[in-house]
Amino acid sequence: MTGDHQTLALVLFSVFIAVTLGITTWVSRNRHGSAEEFYAGGRLFSPLENGFAIAGDYMSAASFLGISGLIALYGYDGMLYSVGFLVAWLVVLLLVAELVRNCGRFTLADVVAARMAERPVRIAAGTSSVAVSVLYLVAQMVGAGSLVALLLGGTSEAARSWTVIGVGALMVIYVSLGGMRATTWIQIVKAVLLMAGTIALTVLVLLRFHGDVNNLLSTAADRSGHGRDFLVPGLRYGGDWTARLDFISLGIALVLGTAGLPHILSRFYTVPTARAARRSVVWSIGLIGSFYLMTIVLGFGAAALIGPAEVRASNASGNTAIPLLALDLGGGAGSTGGTVLFAIVAAVAFATILAVVAGITLASSASVAHDLYSSLRRKHAKRQYSEVTVARFAAAGIGAAAIALGLLARDLNVAFLVGLAFAVAASANLPVLLYSLFWRKFTTRGAVWSVYGGLVPAVLLVLLSPVVSGSPESLFPGVDFHVFPLQNPGVVSIPLGFLAGWIGTVMSAEPPDEARHAEAEVRALTGAGAA
Amino acid sequence: MEQVDKQEGCDDSAVPIDDPRYDTAVPRQREPSAAEIYLEVQRSPAFQEVRRRYRRFVFPAALAFLLWYLAYVVAATAAPGLMARPVAGAVNVAMVAGLGQFLTTFLLTWAYARHARLRRDRAALELRWDTQEMTRGAAQR
Repeated sequence: MTGDHQTLALVLFSVFIAVTLGITTWVSRNRHGSAEEFYAGGRLFSPLENGFAIAGDYMSAASFLGISGLIALYGYDGMLYSVGFLVAWLVVLLLVAELVRNCGRFTLADVVAARMAERPVRIAAGTSSVAVSVLYLVAQMVGAGSLVALLLGGTSEAARSWTVIGVGALMVIYVSLGGMRATTWIQIVKAVLLMAGTIALTVLVLLRFHGDVNNLLSTAADRSGHGRDFLVPGLRYGGDWTARLDFISLGIALVLGTAGLPHILSRFYTVPTARAARRSVVWSIGLIGSFYLMTIVLGFGAAALIGPAEVRASNASGNTAIPLLALDLGGGAGSTGGTVLFAIVAAVAFATILAVVAGITLASSASVAHDLYSSLRRKHAKRQYSEVTVARFAAAGIGAAAIALGLLARDLNVAFLVGLAFAVAASANLPVLLYSLFWRKFTTRGAVWSVYGGLVPAVLLVLLSPVVSGSPESLFPGVDFHVFPLQNPGVVSIPLGFLAGWIGTVMSAEPPDEARHAEAEVRALTGAGAA
Repeated sequence: MEQVDKQEGCDDSAVPIDDPRYDTAVPRQREPSAAEIYLEVQRSPAFQEVRRRYRRFVFPAALAFLLWYLAYVVAATAAPGLMARPVAGAVNVAMVAGLGQFLTTFLLTWAYARHARLRRDRAALELRWDTQEMTRGAAQR
């Protein structure tokens, strides 16, 4: 890696930072933090704007770098991520988006608290939202680290750590100064950049193969050393039944997790009506679907043009396949085209990470301030802070936690880490959300049980899985306390979340509140009295 | 925008709407409380129809796409022979199934948006105004 493209990439990235900081200061110029403004950007974004912002929030480094890398290394098995990440949006569109927009104000907990005892439900849902967000943030930080390691050549540990710290610090500035309005504009800018970059690379890959997809796939299969097996499921998740069950577990977690992601749910509050929320999801499904179709082309393109061996040599889990592909498509190392393309892709990937990190930080700071702080503070304490002030400090705290964990987890594949975050979201957040929206007899105890009944098993099973200990690739390779064989806990913990909610409801002493259910249902479906 | 003047109605999670105080605080003829209004709206045929239309579309559709996705994932793990069967050139059943997932997602998105726009939006909006009109009396305490 020579100095040219490093300099160019750093220049481009600095431009992005300057533009987004400009947006942040311009947006926050004479606004003095109402909660409506800070968490929801005033609720006046258009469906098109919000659709791009949702896509920007969702198409993370995990998608751009991680999925393509997995496809480049393992062929078809990487494609499962693309399919799962997209199909998941049907759950959001059909069951969640409009109703959540109508019932809640800023967070997931609002929806549940609309018909339950407020305090326990807020503490439970707030805790699980923060847990999911931190896990998701770690994945983004790892992506930032591996990207800069490639960019600066070699594996300069210090450079890598400082990048992670820098990304974290920047996002805290964005979020705490600009709130939702700035974050949304950053997402939109990033979504446009990412789509443009991906389209350009896809076109170049297809041009290289003269539009012959068949040739692309065959070359990828030949180059991989696995032959036709490269185009069939089973390379990564094949073999014994544990691995196959892991694949199914991952698939379920992906499709059910999206609807429980706090930073996705909070996006629906930035538009004025449920109809606008629906239309923004339709926009984002179009954008996200075409994006994932292109990542498949890019993944197989990287396998065909770079080869899995070289991808693996650059980054063991494949996170750098796309930048390498860009270098090759532009004309190879040392050429001007390669340098420019590499720099652009690296800058876009950086921008992606930064924007997603900002979105998640904002959502989790909302959970801390709006759900946890407002429930846990002492009512008559001497010093009362406004919710928005607390949210700004929470953003800094969450940023620090994510930086620390990101430094620890830097050798894991980004898409895989996101898979874990999705599993926790699907186990802890989705059951309580669906029960609250659709089950007449759901009670407070059921709500609390379903959150903890999903959250605790999911987190415990991850801690006891081969991800954390007991194998050479795990977080602590030296020790072995893994008793749970699967890497992704979804197949066990998601049913547990639903089961716990059902048991808690059945065992409730007090009957469900008919009147508040009526109110929640009428408001959810009609939008009466929506914030 | 219309939601600005509806702010009072939104934060009722903090205020117990069905508190009997609000009834006795109105000395004139007894007006229905917000809770009673919502129960009444919920039981009304118009609302039942909106809910029925929503659920009739959403539940079967959600079940169908979840089963289709699950079948895809299970087939990918349990039936590699089937998935490896070539269709045309390097394209095999697995590829076609994966792209089929993309296609069905796009189609269902389109169908749902169309159904909601044509069959539900107008009725829901009318109910919204009616309900807000009715609760306005109860909310202005």
